[in-house]
Amino acid sequence: MNLIAELEAEQIAALGKDIPDFKAGDTVRVGYKVTEGTRTRVQNYEGVCISRKNGAGIAGSFTVRKISFGEGVERVFPLYSTNIDSITVVRRGRVRRAKLYYLRSRRGKSARIAEDTNYKPKS
Amino acid sequence: MRSGIIAKKVGMTRLFMEDGKQIPVTVLQMENLQVVAQRSSDQHGYTAVQLGAGSAKAKNTSKAMRGHFAVAKVEPKRKVAEFRVDPENMLDVGSELTAEHYVEGQFVDVSGTSIGKGFAGAMKRHNFGGLRASHGVSISHRSHGSTGQCQGPGKVFKGKKMAGHMGAVRITTQNLQVVKTDADRGLIMIKGAVPGSKGGWVTVKDAVKKPLPENVPFPAALRSAEAPAVAEEAPAEGGEA
Repeated sequence: MNLIAELEAEQIAALGKDIPDFKAGDTVRVGYKVTEGTRTRVQNYEGVCISRKNGAGIAGSFTVRKISFGEGVERVFPLYSTNIDSITVVRRGRVRRAKLYYLRSRRGKSARIAEDTNYKPKS
Repeated sequence: MRSGIIAKKVGMTRLFMEDGKQIPVTVLQMENLQVVAQRSSDQHGYTAVQLGAGSAKAKNTSKAMRGHFAVAKVEPKRKVAEFRVDPENMLDVGSELTAEHYVEGQFVDVSGTSIGKGFAGAMKRHNFGGLRASHGVSISHRSHGSTGQCQGPGKVFKGKKMAGHMGAVRITTQNLQVVKTDADRGLIMIKGAVPGSKGGWVTVKDAVKKPLPENVPFPAALRSAEAPAVAEEAPAEGGEA
């Protein structure tokens, strides 16, 4: 392992994050810490994960898309951000792409994702 | 003026801070950084320390440099550089510097040899705009365009920005912030990018354009395990000076 990989592994261990196993197509709920003045609270953001980028390392990030008041909203979260309070998988989706950017041009019925009923967690 | 250091660029990564900020950092590593020689005003006309970093095989070191390292009683070094210092900040020959030489939050200037780009066009080398994609432009979309006037000067002025060799020159990036240091492994993490490729040697100095923090070690952060060795050499130093 080279020094950079070592440093990144150390930082991941030090951050102590519990990242669930999820991939593009899954519906996730992200608890994001919001600071208003002096107090912080956790804001939930729930939507479909449409891409995972840069692996599971410290540089990893994921994009969550949801339809908010009829308008498509996408947010990119760094996987190991200290602002992320929790990530929970709400629903497993069955998709045949790693990046679901085609959902951007779809609305309603055609933008649905079938549920993955026989999901097996990685041992 | 304190001595600078020689370090090797390891690569870049990111640090997540408690307040949710991410900081891109370049990791620099100090390897066996020792004082190899001194320059004094009465002998050489200026005061400086010569530092050596890394480790070189004796068989790949020239005989002249082997003798030079033997005088200092240090292992052959891969990279040698001089740093001007004030006479009161002179370091003893053989003393080893540590990463605590720099404190968190302080600003530094980093010099290194930039990555070579070969023969580059004017667009890449000087950020020229190039010519239009259409409207009669043919073949010369990335050309530099006109290089001067008419018969008036009748020549192209010296220093005209044109295509040519780019990169592989010594570059100093000023006012980079030290985010973190790790004395055990000799690591210094600097916010942002540093000139040069991974594995390249860079020199780090206190920023000339920013005030020095008060808690920086003077004359330098030296390895404490080496303290007895330094003490032994100190009388010899006194005799030399």
